[in-house]
Amino acid sequence: MNQKDYSGVLVFAEQRSGEIQNVSLELLGKGRKIADELGASLMAVLPGKDMKKHSRLLIEYGADQVVLIEDDSLSIYMTEPYTQAVVQTIETYKPEVVLFGATSIGRDLAPRVSARIRTGLTADCTSLDVSEDKMLLMTRPAFGGNIMATIVCPDHRPQMSTVRPGVMTKMERDASRVGEVIESDWKPERNTQWVEVLSFEQETDEKQDIQEATVLISGGRGVGSAENFGVLYDLADELGGMVSASRAAVDSGWMDHERQVGQTGKTVRPNLYFACGISGAIQHVAGMEEADFIVAVNKDKNAKIFEVADLGIVGDVHKIIPLLTEEIKKINESKKVK
Amino acid sequence: MKIVVCIKQVPDTNEVRLDPKTGTLIRDGVPSIINPDDKAGLEAALRLKDAYGAHVTVVTMGPPQAKIALQEAYAMGADRVILLTDRVFAGADTLATSTTIAAAIKKLDYDLVITGRQAIDGDTAQVGPQIAEHLGLPQISYVSDFENHGDYAVVKRVFEDGFQKIKVGYPCLITTLSEMNEARYMNIRGILDANRVLEIETWQFSDIDADIEEMGLKGSPTKVKKSFTKGAKQAGKVLEGTPKELAVAIVDKLHEKFII
Repeated sequence: MNQKDYSGVLVFAEQRSGEIQNVSLELLGKGRKIADELGASLMAVLPGKDMKKHSRLLIEYGADQVVLIEDDSLSIYMTEPYTQAVVQTIETYKPEVVLFGATSIGRDLAPRVSARIRTGLTADCTSLDVSEDKMLLMTRPAFGGNIMATIVCPDHRPQMSTVRPGVMTKMERDASRVGEVIESDWKPERNTQWVEVLSFEQETDEKQDIQEATVLISGGRGVGSAENFGVLYDLADELGGMVSASRAAVDSGWMDHERQVGQTGKTVRPNLYFACGISGAIQHVAGMEEADFIVAVNKDKNAKIFEVADLGIVGDVHKIIPLLTEEIKKINESKKVK
Repeated sequence: MKIVVCIKQVPDTNEVRLDPKTGTLIRDGVPSIINPDDKAGLEAALRLKDAYGAHVTVVTMGPPQAKIALQEAYAMGADRVILLTDRVFAGADTLATSTTIAAAIKKLDYDLVITGRQAIDGDTAQVGPQIAEHLGLPQISYVSDFENHGDYAVVKRVFEDGFQKIKVGYPCLITTLSEMNEARYMNIRGILDANRVLEIETWQFSDIDADIEEMGLKGSPTKVKKSFTKGAKQAGKVLEGTPKELAVAIVDKLHEKFII
């Protein structure tokens, strides 16, 4: 393999039900920076069905070229046809870097692709940089986030990674950006690795597990009543998270035991944990101290919870949380992709 | 039905603590366990055995002490256990690991290969799909339910926003989620046998058909350039003010951390 044959950055553009996923736009933002540092171009590959109208969006968010691959077998995600489509794109355009979102799709597809073309893959990266000798530096957490490791892929190309959603920043959308849409002539090769998707069901919040949530809005005795949890649900909706509770709130009957965080409940490690009206008993802290970022809101400025919080807010949950929800709502509306 | 289950022995990371002064991991006295997602996979295999009389082989790759995980698997009800251990396997990344394990599985008969979704020490979720590719099998990852229908299976595949029901023919590979089931305890006779009569089959490089250039550290495209701890946790800022000021302060901080 001659490394000089490989150039440019390729981003896997993930669509679900015909909608480009936010993480793919974030990857274009990061991919743009990497491509500029390498003095190379940024390409997106978009497998799907009837996606042509969306290919322009990828250019407006930073891509120089979009490889559009359309086929009935790509309308919903399936491992084998997607692997074939992405592998063909890599073999045709020989990018030196390939990025996938670390979603349940990207983390199924990327290892399959990496094994088929026999190159390295780094999982769930939270930081990407380019070294002085133009290698991709891929940094990721391990041991439940206790250790960070920087990984390189020195002798194989492309250098591939999956990247955690919500970590990279997308570019400002620029409708004047110029780029090229390449329509691929790819056709699936039906083989023994084909499966049949019988159905897809959207799942409601009720069935989900607080341990799977990336954002948790947690309430304690200070929330005051089951009705008062309403403001926490509003904030969770805006942040795409779930509501959980301390033992005091569960024992008061304001929340199901399923949602209890702490020693007698569940241990959680979300990206963001809001402790609202929670005093911070050691049994509670044991269940949430590994969260990446902790915000605590409590009236009592001597509350123990402030010792583990990254940001402590002394004040009334019922006044601050609704105002915060309003602010975040404004931001979300201004960010919406049309 | 013949099932191969791949498991990994991992330190119980729930027990791993950070030294508050140095910020390094304290691993002394941390117990080793069967990785939770893998244990769910083993339980799923044993339930198929209970219902349909399957033969369950458990494979692990690791240092000699990984045989303790295999003893536990045997005591839970596995029929055969194999330890892949050789110095040339050491230092492997996911591609080299999956290449080694796939080479071992090729020596076995199987209709179904099960791996856990991901291990709690590395969290990569890559080895299962990579084994499937090396074996040329269809893969279903993130599986939370499995129904056997004779010559095919219907599995529940979990996504962030819902789930698919997928029909897949045998042979195939699935990666299982720990919430799929509640794993059984070891049975007494199994524990006694595991200690007294069980001889762990140990396979070395010479027992599999593989290219030595694709094994271990040498066969790993990715290398660890450096590792570091995030450091011990310090209490953050505590702010006071009007509700409006405080709400804005939270928004600013969440922005800074790229959370919103």
